[in-house]
Amino acid sequence: MALRRGRGFACVNYPIGMNLGGDPSQALVHATPDGKFMVTLSSIDLGQGMKSVTRQIAAETLGVPVSDVYVDTADSDTGPHCMGSFASRGTHRVGNAVIRAATEARTQLLEAAAEELEVDAADLEPDGEGGIQVRGAPQRSISVADAAIAAQFKQGRTLSGRGIFLVPPSEVDPETGEMSPVTCFAHAAMAVDVEVDDETGEVRVVEINSAYEVGRALNPKLVEQQLIGGAWMGLSHALYETTEPYYPEREHLPLDFNSYLMPGPGNIAPHNIAILERPAEDAPFGGKGPGEMCANPVLPAVANAVFDAVGVRCDELPITPEKILRGLRSANGS
Amino acid sequence: MPRTPITLVLNGTERSLFVESGENLLDALRRGIGDLSPKYGCAQGTCGTCSVQVDGRLQLACITLAETLSGRSITTAGGLAEGNELHPLQRSFMENFAAQCGYCTPGMLMAAKSLLDRNPHPRRQEVVEAISGNLCRCTGYEPIIDAILKAAEVMRRRTR
Ligand code: FES
Ligand code: FES
Repeated sequence: MALRRGRGFACVNYPIGMNLGGDPSQALVHATPDGKFMVTLSSIDLGQGMKSVTRQIAAETLGVPVSDVYVDTADSDTGPHCMGSFASRGTHRVGNAVIRAATEARTQLLEAAAEELEVDAADLEPDGEGGIQVRGAPQRSISVADAAIAAQFKQGRTLSGRGIFLVPPSEVDPETGEMSPVTCFAHAAMAVDVEVDDETGEVRVVEINSAYEVGRALNPKLVEQQLIGGAWMGLSHALYETTEPYYPEREHLPLDFNSYLMPGPGNIAPHNIAILERPAEDAPFGGKGPGEMCANPVLPAVANAVFDAVGVRCDELPITPEKILRGLRSANGS
Repeated sequence: MPRTPITLVLNGTERSLFVESGENLLDALRRGIGDLSPKYGCAQGTCGTCSVQVDGRLQLACITLAETLSGRSITTAGGLAEGNELHPLQRSFMENFAAQCGYCTPGMLMAAKSLLDRNPHPRRQEVVEAISGNLCRCTGYEPIIDAILKAAEVMRRRTR
C-alpha cells in the first residue's frame, strides 16, 4: 500500500444572479422620528451577512453613520418583494435596490435640512457623522436628527425612499441561442492537494490554495468567512455528503445524522485564500458577492487531484473510498 | 399523560415546572421555561446544538430526561453573560466571526465552556475534539476553533 499525492486545479466563472423571467429586488427606507433610518427588505440573510452589508450600503448612500441604520428583513408581509437569497444575488441585487431607496430618502433629508437652514438643497451634504452642512461652509449645519424632527413635526414631510433593481427578462435568440441572463461574473481559481491511500481508497485533503475575485469586498471579514465556510461545504460535497448514495436506487437513503455523513471539525483542511477585487460597474460600490461560488471550484479540483494521485476518474459525487477502489480495481483488470 | 413537578436551578435561578413523563430537557427548557437558547436540531443526540451543562457536565438536552433533574443545576448559553457583560467565549465568537446563521452557536459555546472549565490551556487538537460532537453547516469550523483558542487566552489573562 502507498499514500499517493495528487494536485488538482479548477477555475470558475460565476454568474451573479439568474434570470428566469426578470430578476427584481426591492427595498424601502424611512427615517424614524429621531433621525435614524430603517431599511425594510424581505430578502433573507442566511448568515452570510446580507444584513450587515445592506446596512453599510444604506449608511454610505445616506451619508449617515452605520450605527444609525437598522435593517428589518426576512418577512414578506412587511417587506417589499425580493426574489430571494440564492444564485449569489443578495449583495448585488438587494444592494442596488437599497442604493436607490436610500438615494431617494437622502434627497428628501437634504430638502428638509435646506428648509431649516434656508439654503438650496443642492448646496448641502451629509458629513457622515450625523450632521448635514453647507458645502464649503461647515459652520452652517444641522444635525440629521433635527432635520428629521423638523420634517416630521413641522414641515409635514416624510423622509423615505423606494428602490427596485430589476434585471429585465432576457429572451433567447431563436437563431443563435444567445441570451444574457446575468450582468456580471465573479471568478475563482483553486488548487487542491490530496493524499490518497491506494489500499483503503481514503482521501485526505492536505491543503487548499485559492484566489477568489468578488468585485469589491464590501465587508472583507464577512467575505473571508463566507469563502472559508463555503469551500468547506464544497469539500464536504466532494468527499462525504450525499442524500442518494446509490442513485437512482433509493436504498440506503440517509434519514438522519447517523447515516448522513456530515464531517465535523476533525475533517478540515488548511485553506489559504487570496481575495482579488475587480469592482463591477453595475454592482453596489463594486461588490459582486461570493455566494455559491465559494463551494463550486472545490468539487472539480478534488476530482482532478484524485485523478492525479491514483489515475481514477470519478464523475459521480461524493468521491468515496468505494468508488476509488472500484476504479483502481478495474484499472488493474481484476 | 402524568405530569411530575420538578424544581431545578437554571442559570442560577430556581425554577419549578411540571414535566410530562418521558419529556426531554430540551422541551422542558424551551417550552416549559421559555429559555430558547438551546436549539432544536436533530432531537436524537447527533448534532450538539442543544448542549447544556448539568451540574457542570456537558450534556445533550434532547436526550436527557427532564424528570431526572430535580434539584440539579443547569447552565445554558442564555446564562453565560453576566448582565450586560458577555462571556469571553461569546465575545470571542463575535470578534472572530465564528457564527454565520448561528444555529450551532449555543451548542458550540457550551461545549467550549465545558472544555475550558476543565482545561484552561487547550491545544488546538483538544479544541477540535471538544467540539467534535457539534455540527456546523456554515463556518467550516476553523473560525470556531480559533475563537475558542483566543477566548482561552483572554480568560487565562483574567485569572492571572
Ligand atoms: S438537538 Fe440534541 S443533539 Fe441535536
Ligand atoms: S453558524 Fe450556521 S450552523 Fe454553525
